[in-house]
Amino acid sequence: MSKVKKTIKVIKINADLCNGCRACEVICSAFHASPKYSINNPARARIRVVFDPVKNVYVPVYAGGYMAAECMGRDKYVIDGKEYEECAFCRSACPSRDAFKEPDSALPLKCDMCEDDPPQEEPLCVQWCLADALTYEEREEEVEETEELDDLETGLKALADKHGFQNIVDSVARMLQKEEV
Amino acid sequence: MRYAETGFNLEIDLSSGNIEKVETDPKLTELHLGGLGTNAKIMWDRVPPEVEPFSPENLLIFSSGLLGGTPAPAANRTIVTTISPQTRLMAYSMMGGFFAPELKFAGYDKIIIRGKSPSLVYLWIKDDKVEIRDASHLQGKGSLETSEIIKQELNEPKAQVASIGLAGENRVFFSSIEHGRSSASRGGLGAVMGDKNLKAIAVRGTKDINIARPEEFIKLCNEVLQYIQWRADNPIKHVPPILAGLGSPQEMAIHDEQWHTTAFSWGNARYRRKDFWTEEVEKEWTKVQDGAVERLISCYNCPMKCGAVISYPTQELSKYMMKCYSKLTYVMGAMADDLEFGFRIAGLAQGYGIDGFSGPQVMAFAIELYENGILTDEDLPGFPSDNEGRFFYLLEKIVRREGIGDVLANGVYWAARQIGKGAEEYDHNTIKKHEQIPIKLGMLNPIFFLLLSTGEKINITQIEGQLPQAPFPNPEDRKEFVKDWIQVPSDTIKEFFLKWEPRGEYAFPFYPDFQTACELVEWQETMHYIDDAVGLCAGLSSFPIKPPYHINNLPQIISAATGLDIDRDELWHKIIKRNRNLIRANNVRRGLRRKDDKPPQDHWKKRFPEYEAKLLDEYYKFKGWNAEGIPTKETLEGLGIGYVGEDLEKRGIYNNEQSEENN
Ligand code: SF4
Ligand code: SF4
Ligand code: SF4
Repeated sequence: MSKVKKTIKVIKINADLCNGCRACEVICSAFHASPKYSINNPARARIRVVFDPVKNVYVPVYAGGYMAAECMGRDKYVIDGKEYEECAFCRSACPSRDAFKEPDSALPLKCDMCEDDPPQEEPLCVQWCLADALTYEEREEEVEETEELDDLETGLKALADKHGFQNIVDSVARMLQKEEV
Repeated sequence: MRYAETGFNLEIDLSSGNIEKVETDPKLTELHLGGLGTNAKIMWDRVPPEVEPFSPENLLIFSSGLLGGTPAPAANRTIVTTISPQTRLMAYSMMGGFFAPELKFAGYDKIIIRGKSPSLVYLWIKDDKVEIRDASHLQGKGSLETSEIIKQELNEPKAQVASIGLAGENRVFFSSIEHGRSSASRGGLGAVMGDKNLKAIAVRGTKDINIARPEEFIKLCNEVLQYIQWRADNPIKHVPPILAGLGSPQEMAIHDEQWHTTAFSWGNARYRRKDFWTEEVEKEWTKVQDGAVERLISCYNCPMKCGAVISYPTQELSKYMMKCYSKLTYVMGAMADDLEFGFRIAGLAQGYGIDGFSGPQVMAFAIELYENGILTDEDLPGFPSDNEGRFFYLLEKIVRREGIGDVLANGVYWAARQIGKGAEEYDHNTIKKHEQIPIKLGMLNPIFFLLLSTGEKINITQIEGQLPQAPFPNPEDRKEFVKDWIQVPSDTIKEFFLKWEPRGEYAFPFYPDFQTACELVEWQETMHYIDDAVGLCAGLSSFPIKPPYHINNLPQIISAATGLDIDRDELWHKIIKRNRNLIRANNVRRGLRRKDDKPPQDHWKKRFPEYEAKLLDEYYKFKGWNAEGIPTKETLEGLGIGYVGEDLEKRGIYNNEQSEENN
């Protein structure tokens, strides 16, 4: 595989500065609505703030990849005397929880760095985080070329894992027939 | 499609267990917006004056505002409305936090609760699924602990919970409804919730809120955020630090408490300690506060972080959350010089669920009665000798309604009358039977006179705002101040400010003229009524000086979100005026009259009875009310709520204006 130059986009998360306002969730869900900003629903956001004030635990987490199965263990971290569930840091849309899934379809959500059109100068969650818990950096890196699944493929893959590939093909065929009538 | 609102209310009858999802009439949104406005309409229609606070017929309404759950920053208020057991009037308190947006995401604008459950229950709302669940295991549990247990047993860490503590269960007249870092604490709403045997409401929602004109709306939201950022670097000059910024007073972040500790009164709203704030105190208090505050926290979709995670234990939990000025109310009420005491007792009191304003004043009142021989060792067996100990003692008695606590739990006004023996003399800081902020000043302030007298939230901080509290001595500073004062409705207000002097012809009490005083009061009040209808936090709107939300951008923000075309005139002179009069009418029907419209008796040393009477006359006229403070039939007719006037007429209220004492 050949090497290519790629802009790496980094969001630095300073959990110590997070105040739990969830503005990042709000603007992410609104930005990804169609038409843009026509809907607010944090349950559709690609960032989630895990917070538990009574333990002073505040962790903003981005939606990463989709996972077909939940992981085996449930480790716990103790940082600065505070106990965190491992899941608090996990970016996966996995079967163990409802985070990072579209509420209606349960299709997985993934942060796209707001590369939607029109492309934003800075990710919107960063722009709306006035606490500076989220800051944005870009840097160039040489990486190996890989093929990335697009949104549709990720969604289909999730459905296939859940229902079986053949069932999906059958359903699509049925739906097509109905459309034609 | 409904925009900004969901268009549905949840009707819960706790007596029968009946649960209904009811579509609302979009016409009511046009007439009243939502939040407090539509709450007042429901109270008018469904809770006639014969209904007692502790009657199954009394409603307890949890409402979001019209903008709640939209991306508008700080649109997060939950407006709770019922008939108060203490004032026996319509009580409405608001809480911040996360409850109202979550309710909207679950698909409801309001939860309307009636009836009385036969046993202690809690409500669990998850989108379309609504359950009334047993809460017997939560009896006596602290408010925050209750919320933790519920989230755990439902396995719903993202659920938002509003709950009562022991005080609410025992119907203490100043008990609160607590919700994490926030509470609806004025007017004894928690007592009504307790009376209904409702320990808590938990809600989780995953549905959409729609915006009518998204591009326009988000642009306005971004402007609000940009202004907030700009103001962070450009505080207001020539005012105390606590008033220079935005948000609720930044009590958790600011250490300089000179203003509160020297300008407000200590004890039973008695003593000013003008030289309390020394370098030594500042050093000690800074240390205590830095040790207590673990993190500054915000409400839903707001950058202001007015609250904090506090590392003091409360009942079974190791931390609690605090906001605003409750760190000082207990300290000053107890005449304790120790801030640590404040953090210790506030957490405990919050767990029990009492109002951080009224609670300390009731306790300070009891201590005064004891010191003056009106309450004795018989009433207070084992009463400690130090004030801090006494406060803890009284807290436990009150929330359990044990011994004298049963009387004190009714608040200063009622307790004074139950105790007798001259105790009434010590009830000097209530309005309409409700404890007030402990401020005692010199010269009558005509603007505050009207605000305090006629405000039906019966809480000055929930009705005043935006105007510096004192004139700037230097005229140049005034000129500079008005230059970017874009938040005012008219030049009259700028002119008032430019001329306003600490002494002489252009000073209080005879400055400004009646008309200007009325305009200033109505402007301040109107801004709060807008917030309460749309669910915005006063901390970014009606309260601070030069806020990001104001009369000149709110009409457009509301219009863009809802698709209704509301201009400034419609918003102010029709909708808000309608809401204001509807609330007034609800209370007039319950006996509110001119005699109740007065400030705490000793709020100012220098009073001018004739002038004050004239002020009130002029203000009533300005409002379209008669000499008894009753909205006239014509006023109500002109606002499209003629049916309200007809009802008042049918009840003979216009003929027989003086009401019986409303108790
Ligand atoms: S916007 Fe920033 S401060 Fe607010 S919850 Fe998100 S990460 Fe935390
Ligand atoms: S970068 Fe954009 S897509 Fe990703 S979480 Fe932030 S707002 Fe959402
Ligand atoms: S200004 Fe403060 S109290 Fe108001 S919503 Fe924001 S964080 Fe909450």
